[in-house]
Amino acid sequence: MTTPTAVALEDTKVAFRLGDGRVYTAVEKAHLAVAQGEFVAIVGPTGCGKSTLLNVAAGLLKPAAGSVGIFDQPLAGLNRDAGYLFQADALFPWKTALDNVAIGLEIKGTPRAEALPRAQQWLTSVGLGAFAGRYPHMLSGGQRKRVALAQVLIRDPKILLMDEPFGPLDAQTRQVMGNLLLELWNADRKAVLFVTHDLEEAIALADRVVIMSAGPSSRIIGDWRVSLPRPRDIFEVRLDKEFHALHREIWSVLKDEVMKGYAQSTHAAEAV
Amino acid sequence: MSRPTLLALQILVAVICIVLWQVLSTVPVFGKILLPPFFFSNPFDVFSQIVKWFSSGVIWKHLGITLTESILAFVIGSAGGVLVGFWFARQPLVAAVFDPYVKMVNALPRVVLAPIFALWLGLGIWSKVALGVTLVFFIVFFNVYQGVKEVSRTVLDNGRMLGMSERQLMQHVYWPSALSWMFSSLHTSVGFAVVGAVVGEYLGSAAGLGYLIQQAEGVFDVAGVFAGMFVLSAFVILIDYGVTLVERRLLVWRPTASDGRG
Repeated sequence: MTTPTAVALEDTKVAFRLGDGRVYTAVEKAHLAVAQGEFVAIVGPTGCGKSTLLNVAAGLLKPAAGSVGIFDQPLAGLNRDAGYLFQADALFPWKTALDNVAIGLEIKGTPRAEALPRAQQWLTSVGLGAFAGRYPHMLSGGQRKRVALAQVLIRDPKILLMDEPFGPLDAQTRQVMGNLLLELWNADRKAVLFVTHDLEEAIALADRVVIMSAGPSSRIIGDWRVSLPRPRDIFEVRLDKEFHALHREIWSVLKDEVMKGYAQSTHAAEAV
Repeated sequence: MSRPTLLALQILVAVICIVLWQVLSTVPVFGKILLPPFFFSNPFDVFSQIVKWFSSGVIWKHLGITLTESILAFVIGSAGGVLVGFWFARQPLVAAVFDPYVKMVNALPRVVLAPIFALWLGLGIWSKVALGVTLVFFIVFFNVYQGVKEVSRTVLDNGRMLGMSERQLMQHVYWPSALSWMFSSLHTSVGFAVVGAVVGEYLGSAAGLGYLIQQAEGVFDVAGVFAGMFVLSAFVILIDYGVTLVERRLLVWRPTASDGRG
């Protein structure tokens, strides 16, 4: 029996029309499949279009060519099976933490009286049980991410799309959040597509690490399986010998792209 | 600086000003009174005028009228501003078509509309309400328009990814965002509602604080003019305090640092 494919990007190309009429190709022919229950991390240099690819999987962006399949169905419009965790703050600032989490259920028509206790449970499981009445601006960056995580997970999406969700956090908080994510994911093993620029984070979290080349017209240039045993502890796994070997191997490929991406971004700045 | 010291200094400023005013308008300096009572009156007369108004109770009627006009102007102007602001922000074509006219009407000093409103609506409260509405409307309109258009892209995408329909986006994203912009301009719009009412009264009416000031001016009763001004200031400060209380309740979710006033 084969596991069904949760997300299938087939020869996906993403292009934007620039202000001056030229067409900018962000991603050229990306081919990527995420199986059900699989945790895939996409790593690439800044500006390589990894977030763009994620937005295509979410249905927020339409690909210029190629197709997107969600559980073997072609994706039309927004991806209703997916929960999306944004890099920037995406909580509703005028709702309390509790209401921010409950809204995920209320949208589906769950009565408020039923949604609130479940939201409270979710807040507790992300460690914020005592912060239900706080507004987002009264929470720290890490706490806001926890609320955002609860907001997405309460809807029980089959697929989790994450766009550098822990990017704005400090190093320690990132690790704590990584562990929390793994713990929650371990409970029901959703398909995860996790975008990051941090290779260590990618290896520590994922089953597979996918590397993208520097943009524009970036492609997927590598795909590594991470066979570190689960459940993992992010603090511990970084000390593992296999972790180091894999890191060295992937970094040797990624390094060139990072340098290329860096050179391009500085050239672009000089040209302006 | 501690609160009591600050308060003491604030009171000191008032005391010095009033004493100077009283002295300069009653005691000759080098044989000359610097503030002729005919033009400047004196604090004592002004104060006794205020006391007379309140003890006889005449003032309440005028305050009541001005307050009613201000409230009506604020409510109608805000409602109109919210509706049109929303409509324009969601329909860019409509906004583009009306843009030059909106700019034109907004550029017009609203005082010149007072005579027209007086002709159309008579000397009763509605001509003053209309003047206030034209002032309040544009403040609220521009804020709501901005608020709806500048909803954070991420928050909007988040709403969509959480499965919100257009109607739910309206209810949970656009509407709260627009309202928060409206509330952040609450002080300005309430202030303008009062300005509209008083200016309207001043230019032609039979009651209200503006009428009181205009009447006093007509008979060269400078004490009356000053008394009217003081009552008006106190009135506006009280209203503003009320607005602050309302605002604190409605905008609890806002970080205080970005407390913008449009």
